[in-house]
Amino acid sequence: MNDRANITLTVNGRAYAISVEPRRTLVDAIREDCGQTGTHIGCEHGVCGACTVLVDGAPVRSCLMFAVQAEGKAIRTVESLADGDELNLLQRAFMEHHGLQCGFCTPGFLMLVTGVLERDPGIGDEELVDVLSSNLCRCTGYQNIVKAVRAAAAKMRRR
Amino acid sequence: MSAPTKGSGMAWVGRSIRRLEDPALLSGRGRFTADFKAVHRVRFVRSPVAAGRIEKIRIPEGATVITASDLHGVKPIAPALHKFGYVQVEQPILAEGVVRFVGEPIAAVVGASEAEAEDVADLVSVDIAEIPAIADARAALAPEARAIHEIAARNIAVEAKFETPGFAAAEEVAERRVVVEIRSRRQNATPLEGRAGLAAYDAVSGRITLTCATQMPHLMRTAIADLLGMAESDLRVIAPDVGGGFGQKMSLVAEYVVLVWLARKLQSSVAWTEDRRENLIAAFHGRDQYLRLRGSFDRRAKLVALFAEVTANVGAYSCYPTTCAVEPLMAMAELPGPYDVRAYSCIVRGVLTNTCPMAPYRGVSRPSITLALERLMDIAAAHFALEPPEIRRRNLIDKFPYTSATGLKFDEGSYLQTLDMAVAAIDLPAFRRRQQEARLHGRHLGLGLATFSERTGYGTPAFAARGMGVTPGWETVELSMDPSGFAELRIGASPHGQGLRTTLAQIVADQIGVPPERIKVVHGDTDRTPYGWGTFASRSLVIAGGASLLAARKVRAKLLRIAGRLLEAATDDIVIEDGIARIAGTDRIVAIESLARAAYHQAHLFKGDIDPGISETATYDPGGTFSNACHAAIVDVDPDTGRVRIERFIVAEDAGRLVNPMIVDGQIAGGVAQGIGNALLEEIVYDDAGNILTATLADFLPPTSREIPPIEILHLETSSPETVTGAKGLGEGGAIGAPAAILNAINDALAPFGASINEIPATPQRIRAALRGAGERRR
Repeated sequence: MNDRANITLTVNGRAYAISVEPRRTLVDAIREDCGQTGTHIGCEHGVCGACTVLVDGAPVRSCLMFAVQAEGKAIRTVESLADGDELNLLQRAFMEHHGLQCGFCTPGFLMLVTGVLERDPGIGDEELVDVLSSNLCRCTGYQNIVKAVRAAAAKMRRR
Repeated sequence: MSAPTKGSGMAWVGRSIRRLEDPALLSGRGRFTADFKAVHRVRFVRSPVAAGRIEKIRIPEGATVITASDLHGVKPIAPALHKFGYVQVEQPILAEGVVRFVGEPIAAVVGASEAEAEDVADLVSVDIAEIPAIADARAALAPEARAIHEIAARNIAVEAKFETPGFAAAEEVAERRVVVEIRSRRQNATPLEGRAGLAAYDAVSGRITLTCATQMPHLMRTAIADLLGMAESDLRVIAPDVGGGFGQKMSLVAEYVVLVWLARKLQSSVAWTEDRRENLIAAFHGRDQYLRLRGSFDRRAKLVALFAEVTANVGAYSCYPTTCAVEPLMAMAELPGPYDVRAYSCIVRGVLTNTCPMAPYRGVSRPSITLALERLMDIAAAHFALEPPEIRRRNLIDKFPYTSATGLKFDEGSYLQTLDMAVAAIDLPAFRRRQQEARLHGRHLGLGLATFSERTGYGTPAFAARGMGVTPGWETVELSMDPSGFAELRIGASPHGQGLRTTLAQIVADQIGVPPERIKVVHGDTDRTPYGWGTFASRSLVIAGGASLLAARKVRAKLLRIAGRLLEAATDDIVIEDGIARIAGTDRIVAIESLARAAYHQAHLFKGDIDPGISETATYDPGGTFSNACHAAIVDVDPDTGRVRIERFIVAEDAGRLVNPMIVDGQIAGGVAQGIGNALLEEIVYDDAGNILTATLADFLPPTSREIPPIEILHLETSSPETVTGAKGLGEGGAIGAPAAILNAINDALAPFGASINEIPATPQRIRAALRGAGERRR
């Protein structure tokens, strides 16, 4: 297990040359080796979705993927969303609709939704609730997350 | 609340302003414990069996592994309670000779990385001579049951009885008796962030800083320093961003004691982040109670006597600081709930078992007692051929202040009004018609209500009544304004998602004339904040908020005096509004920043009259207050599959003065979602050998967005005469009422089948079993 692999991960457009064990999960590599701690670890068995990132545009549970599998792919994390201190439309919608409390699951939800809305901006309300059921939140009871995402989707469509 | 910010015509209190916490959390700049780096990582070797004697621990050569034998002189966790036959059981920091639950920490392995520590932990072998385990509270009470702790021969950790004079006679004369037996299964609070700690040694000062996911940083410091025999001043505890708690993070964590011990020993930094399996098996659990109620009603369906027997499974040890008595004792004190019943008798027990220790979980006891009482009311209503709201109307308290049979003083509330609001929102007659029609088409709808009180914001007298070794209750805050006119509010409370940085800033802003974004609320650091109890029991907005108001009034008074001097006017003629002080009715003003600057840099102007600087402290210790609410659920039960769909969920609630309605609604919705999980989905399952069968989130099922309907929230605001802000606490109410409303609704839906269910979670399997049982009885 100790043979290390030298790989380059591209996180938010920046290349990180890192040396990892083959068993290193992508989320550990993002957090520990690339220093991007905005992505959180909630269960390490692929249920809660707190670790969701985008890999080549698709939402991925980064606890279920090895770092070595992500080489050569474009990884996006929550740190990519804001422009400096300027929150993006989705982040602002979460703030306006009180879609977060403790904030631990929030990066996972933001990345899940970012991937989904980029792929299908016209996604229906019911389908959206299904998609959001991919991730767990223990604080909000979800309705404010649903409201925030619907509001952001509507604004994106008007653009 | 007096003296709102004038000029704008808008006070900050009462407004749904956006949270000051959000931008960092939304952009990945939150800082949770696991985000900080440590030199060493720790993995705990845990007991794979529920009961046994440790015979041998084999440690791989060269590995850094500590066990109980290394922890010389470290005291066990043994919280005290001086009443109710409490037996002070001890929990060694690492298992010493015996193990008492699956997941109990036996050894701590230190590695350079998490992976290395895990690899070494896999090589540590522990020989345990297994003993038959006792996982169930009733089994533990059996006369032949083995004692889990020698000191507690009958496995009873606490036992309390209460009876009003003449109880038996009151029961005797009643028209009708109704008995209900309730089983509330075990839950895990499941914050999305599990427990995590990082202890770091500072070579210069010799101090240790423990950064950890806790709801009570100050008490953690006291407790850990006590157990390790170190000077409390040599330990700093920081609660950074904390990813939810719900009670699970308020108790002392044995693993954190090990981290501090290791950091001192290694003179380095050591970190532990539990994985989800550890959280589900070995972080604290909640609920797991049997309740038996016997209600005696007169012929008008008025409850005249209530008998209760509560058996709470408290697990293998007693949690610090509340002790394992917290659930049974709260049940005893609060069981009559919002109902006016003068004859009351109860016996409550906390029973030790070979299961994960219990700790407070959102609602503490009241979700279970409300479940039992509200089932009792619905069953009684059926006997008297009354609709559920009617029997409640005949029994709810409606004169205030009301002193309960157990001596609790209820402040002004709106029990009847919130019931009526919820029932009106449902439109009961229309629902009954729809229910009848749906039944003709094979659909089975049900309506369930839960009316309840939520005792919140209680200070030292309420806690002292329990006789705990530690009596929490008060909060202190320090409010200062720097020379540039920015304010800093340092609090002993320790929010972890509740939005206190925003709501406390709103309370202060109205007094001192600067907007909330210029008021920085500092919390979760024992070096930076005054000693306080932390955030739990729906107390922070009431108690830390009350202290904030009192401190802000002092700062305001000082600002007025300085302004009076600078404007050469009487203090009474000055108003503070929107960043300025003004002589009322004139255009003569001075900016708040100028007042602050003068307080520090022009102190000679006020010499002998006003002290330099602006810094005030206030402490608040209220008697306590009761929020109230009525929850109403409409469910659709599929009798073929046992599936329950929640069609509507209504909350009519009264938590007094609302500081930020948006945050209030968030607390309610989140609590209801946990209550729905409690009612339908979430169950920690042990087999008879004490093995835990629900160690992943694919087995223990918190609800997703699919299971939570839109929650309709209606407010009343009966200002509390018991609190300085008029606010009442409300963090737990959602979780208190929802299980009862849903279980009542399911039973309403099942009524045509003659089936009933008094156990939660009401899983499809249990609902099908209830239907089968009813079918067999009919045959």
